[in-house]
Amino acid sequence: MLKLIQDTLTSQVHTLWLVFKHAFVKADTVQYPEEAPYMSPRWRGRIILSRDPDGEERCVACNLCACACPVDCIALQKAEDEDGRWYPEFFRINFSRCIMCGFCEEACPTNAIQLTPDFEMAEYVRQDMVWEKEDLLINGTGKYHDYNFYRVAGKSIKGKDKGEALNEAEPVNVRSLLP
Amino acid sequence: MAKIVIDGVTYEVNPSNNLLQESLSQGLDLPYFCWHPCMGSVGACRQCAVKQYRDENDENGMIVMACMTPATDGAIISIEDVQAKKMREQVIESLMISHPHDCPVCEEGGECHLQDMTQMSGHNYRRYDKKKVTHRNQYLGPFINHEMNRCITCYRCVRYYDDYAGGTDLSAQASHHHVYFGRQDDGVLENEFSGNLIEVCPTGVFTDKAFSKRYSRKWDLQVAPSVCTGCAAGCNTSPGERYGELRRIVNRYNSEVNGYFLCDRGRFGFDFVNSENRITAAFRRNRNGSEWIEEVDTGDARAAVANLKKTSVLGIGSPRASNESNFALRSLVGQENFFAGYSDLEHESMQLINNLMTNDTFHNPSIREIEQADAILILGEDVTNVAPRIALALRQSVRGRARELAAANQIPQWQDAAVRELAQRELSPMTVMTPYATRLEDVTTHSIVDSISGLIAMAQSIANEISNEAPSSSEANSDSNKEARDLISQIANELSEAKRPLIIAGSTAGDPKTLKVAANIARALSANRSKPTDLCLLSPEVNSVGLSLMVNSENSLGKALALLSSGEVKNVVVLENDLYRRASTASVDAALQTAESVVVAGHLPTPTTARATLVLPSTAFSEHEATYVNFEGRAQLSYQVHRCHSDVLPSWRWFMGPDIAHVDDLISLCASEITELRVLSELISGADIIPGIKVPRQSHRYSGRTAMKANINVHEPKQPVDEESKMSFSMEGVPSTKDSNILASSWAPSWNSNQSISKFQEEVNGELKQGHVGSQVFEKLSAQQSYFEITNSPQGSPCDLTISFAQQIFGSDELSAKTATIVERMTPSYIGLSLEDADSRGLKQGNTVRLGESSAIAIVTIRSKQKTGTAALYCAPGEINPFDVAEIKTICKSDTKQAVGDLDCLQLSDHWEDD
Repeated sequence: MLKLIQDTLTSQVHTLWLVFKHAFVKADTVQYPEEAPYMSPRWRGRIILSRDPDGEERCVACNLCACACPVDCIALQKAEDEDGRWYPEFFRINFSRCIMCGFCEEACPTNAIQLTPDFEMAEYVRQDMVWEKEDLLINGTGKYHDYNFYRVAGKSIKGKDKGEALNEAEPVNVRSLLP
Repeated sequence: MAKIVIDGVTYEVNPSNNLLQESLSQGLDLPYFCWHPCMGSVGACRQCAVKQYRDENDENGMIVMACMTPATDGAIISIEDVQAKKMREQVIESLMISHPHDCPVCEEGGECHLQDMTQMSGHNYRRYDKKKVTHRNQYLGPFINHEMNRCITCYRCVRYYDDYAGGTDLSAQASHHHVYFGRQDDGVLENEFSGNLIEVCPTGVFTDKAFSKRYSRKWDLQVAPSVCTGCAAGCNTSPGERYGELRRIVNRYNSEVNGYFLCDRGRFGFDFVNSENRITAAFRRNRNGSEWIEEVDTGDARAAVANLKKTSVLGIGSPRASNESNFALRSLVGQENFFAGYSDLEHESMQLINNLMTNDTFHNPSIREIEQADAILILGEDVTNVAPRIALALRQSVRGRARELAAANQIPQWQDAAVRELAQRELSPMTVMTPYATRLEDVTTHSIVDSISGLIAMAQSIANEISNEAPSSSEANSDSNKEARDLISQIANELSEAKRPLIIAGSTAGDPKTLKVAANIARALSANRSKPTDLCLLSPEVNSVGLSLMVNSENSLGKALALLSSGEVKNVVVLENDLYRRASTASVDAALQTAESVVVAGHLPTPTTARATLVLPSTAFSEHEATYVNFEGRAQLSYQVHRCHSDVLPSWRWFMGPDIAHVDDLISLCASEITELRVLSELISGADIIPGIKVPRQSHRYSGRTAMKANINVHEPKQPVDEESKMSFSMEGVPSTKDSNILASSWAPSWNSNQSISKFQEEVNGELKQGHVGSQVFEKLSAQQSYFEITNSPQGSPCDLTISFAQQIFGSDELSAKTATIVERMTPSYIGLSLEDADSRGLKQGNTVRLGESSAIAIVTIRSKQKTGTAALYCAPGEINPFDVAEIKTICKSDTKQAVGDLDCLQLSDHWEDD
C-alpha cells in the first residue's frame, strides 16, 4: 500500500516536472507558410511524370500504376508514336481520390511516375484536383537521374535499332550457316 | 481409370493421357510451354520436369518430362520434389537468357504465359552476363505484330500454324540459338486462322495489331460471354470493351463448338461496332420532292412503329439479327406478314435444311464431332470461306488416318511428333466437290471441280453406288467414262467403309438440289450402317437457322417485294438487313419506291437505309443480350458486353410494346410461342449462384474507376445498373472465375493467360465446369422419308459460261467487311476462269472484264483447276450485286482504265502461274 502511494506521487511529480521543463524548449512549430519546413526527398507528395535523360517522356503507358492504385484514381490510354515509342494519349490522376500511398511509383517499371515532397495541393473547387498529363509531366528526370527504359529494353525505336540496347548482340542473320 | 500418386496424394486419372495433362486436369500447377491441350506433346521446352519413382521403395527417383510420360497405373511422381523444382527453375532461366526486358511495352503483358511460368518456377534474376540474341521483325499483315526478340523457341507457333491450321508460310528458320519463326520474306500471313497465333504463342512474339492501336491490359477490359456473328458456326467469343469502345475479341472456350480457336474474320471483324458512321438517333426522311432528314425523338419513333400495326404492313426479318429481334418484328406484323430476310433460293434451301435437321436418319454434327469424322464428302460448299472454323475442324478430321495408325502401333495420340512422323502424308479420305477449287485442296483426296449440275450428277451416282435404292443420275450411264466410274466407286467405297462418314452441303452453293443429293448420300450410308450418318448442312449467317424457324414456308422475300411493288401492301419494316444483298437492285428499288413507309432498323447506313422513310438505330452484337441458332441448330446465349448511346436500342425494343421490359421475358415469350425454339428458355434458366447478386463484367483488378470520367465531372457517376441480365457493369458481385455459372474471361491465381482455362474444365479438353455448351433446337423425328428424286438438267444457262458465285472469308460477311483491318485483306470482284476460256477470249491474268451489259467490272484470275466452260465470280460488297449479274450473257474484255484494285490479297490454291 505504502509502495503504491509512493509510486503514484513520484510519477505525478515527475510528470509535472517534465511539463514544466518543456516551457523552455525550442518550439517545433514553424511559421508556415512564411517559413517552409524541410521535406525529405522520399516524402510521398504530389505525383509527377518525369522525362528520361534524353528529354523524352518516360511513361510508356504500361498501365501498371493504374493497376496498383488502391483507389483506382489513375486512368490512361496507350498510344504509339511514329518512332515506335509507347506513350499515354491521356494520363489522368484524380487527386481528390489519391491517398499518396506511392504504390504507383513502386509499380512503375520506367521510373516515370514519382512522388515529390510537394504537398500544397489544396483547391477550392474539387474538379481542379483532376490533373491531366499536361499538369503532371515535368521537364526533368525527377529523383532518378540516369534510367532510360528504352536503352535497356529490346524493343527497337527510332534511333535505337535492334541489337543496340544494353547487352544486346547484333541481329541474327537467319540465312547464315555460320555458328 | 488408372491410379497415380502425385506428391503422396492418389488421383484417378485417364491412362491414355500424359502426366502433364492429367496433373492439370487435377488442378495442379505444373509449368509448361510447348504442350498445348489441342496439339499434344513434343517435349521441346523441358519445362514440365517432375520426378518419377519406380515404386514406393525407390527413394532417388528420376527426372522425367511430364508431357512425355504416360499416366500409367501405379505411377508415383513428385512435382514438389526439390530436384525437379530446381531443374524447372534452371530451364526457365536458360529460356529467358535473351528475353528482351520489354514487358511494359509488350501487348502480352498481364496475360502472358511466360510471365506466369517464370513466376511459378521461381526464376527472378538473369545471372548470364553475355549478350542477348536479337532478331529483326517482319511485317505480317494487318492482323498480327511480330516481335521476334521475345521468342523462347517453344515451337508452338509453327506446330499450330503449319501442322494444325495447314498454313505454309510460317516456318522455323536458322538453327541453334538463332532459331527464328517467321515468313521467308515480309508479307501477309496467308492462313485464315493466323489470329490464333496470338493466343497460341506463350509470350509476345505474335500480338494483336489492331488491339495494340487501342490497347488496354486484360484486367482493364469489360468482358462478357458472347457469340461470334461472323458466320453460322456460332463460335464463342469474349469481346472486351474499354472507355466505351470495343477493343478486341478473343476466343472463349466451348468444348462442343470452337474449342480453343477462332477464324480471322471472327477475331478481327468487329470494329464496325465502333464505326463513326453508326446510326445514333432515329431519323425520318421525306422522299417526295426535295429530300430532307429530320431527327425523331425516341418516343415518337416508337409510337410511329406501333401505329404501323393498324395499317397493312409486312416485316422482313434478318438472318444476322437475333431470335429476339426477329421474333419481335414477327409479333409486330403478325406471322403471316413476316417474311424471310434472305434470298428466295436460300429460303428454299433453309426450308429443306430445317426438314433434314429434324430427320432421325441424319445426325447434326457439332464442330467437335466433325473433327472425329474419318471420311468426308463436301458437296458444293467452299467451307473455308463460308464457315471458316469448320474448315479448321476438317483439317483435324483428315488426320483420323494418323490416329488410326498410331493406335495400331500403340503410340499414344498425344505423342504429336511421333504420330505425325508415322503417318507422314497419309490422310483420311476427303472428297471436295465444288464449282471452284477450295483452300482445302492440300488435304483433299479427291478434288472435283465442275459446274453445280455436273457435281450433282456425280453425287447422285455416288449415292447410287452406295445403295442401289438411291436414284441415280439420268445421264450417268450414258457419258461417263471408266475413269469417272472408278472414281465414283472409290469415293463410295471410302464413305461406306468409314466408321464415321460425314457429308457436308449447304445453302451457299446456290442450288437446293445439292442439299437433296447430299441427303440422299447420307441416307444411303445410314441405310447400310443402320445408324444415323453425320450430315452437316451449312448456312451462311449467324442466325439463318433461327430466322428460318420463324418464317412461314410461303413467305419468301420475293413475295414480299412483289406485294410491295404491286402496292398491295403499303408499309414495310426491315430488320437489320440490306435488301440489296438479297435480291436484284431493280426488284428492291421497285418495292421500296412504291411503299409508302419504309422503316429500317439497323446499326450502319446501307443502301436500304438510304431508301428508308424512318430509320431506327439498333444495337450491335456486343451491345445487347441475344440468342442465336448456329448451323447445327445449337441455340446459344450472347450477353451484352457494354452499353452504347442511350438512343440506340436493341431492335426488339422498337417493335415490342412497353409490357416487355426485360430481354429474358422476351426470350421466354419467344420460347413459348415458337415450338421449335422452346429450348431458348433453357439458356436463361440458370439460377443466380447467390440470389440477387450479379456476376461482374469487370475483373477484380479493373483500374481507373475513379479517374476515367473525372475529366467530365469529378463526382463519379453511379455504376450503371443492368436490370436485365445476370451480369453487372461493375467489379462487384460473384466473381465470374470459379464461383458463377458464367465464364467470360478465364483467370486463376498464378494463371493470368488464357492457359488458365484448364482450371475451369472438367478435365483438359473437357466441358467447362461453369459454362453452357448451348441447346439443340432440333428434335429428331422418325419421319420415314424416302430418297429425293432429283431432276438434274444442266440449266439452260443464257451465258456461254456457267457462273457460280465464289465466297471470300474477308468480304462475304456484310458487317465484318466494314472493319478497317478486314478491308485491308479484302479483294475486289474477280472472275476465275480456266486457261482455255481465258485464251479463247483473249484474256490475261489481271485483265478486267465487263459482265454482260451491266457496268459491273471484275478482274480475271486464271485458275488451273477451273473446269472449262465454268467460271467462279466473286461479287465484292458494294461493287456487284450478284442478283443483278445472274442473267448475264457474255463477259467481254473491258477497256476501262478505272482503278479496280488488285488481287494481291486473294488466296487461291490453284492460281495459274504464267511460265
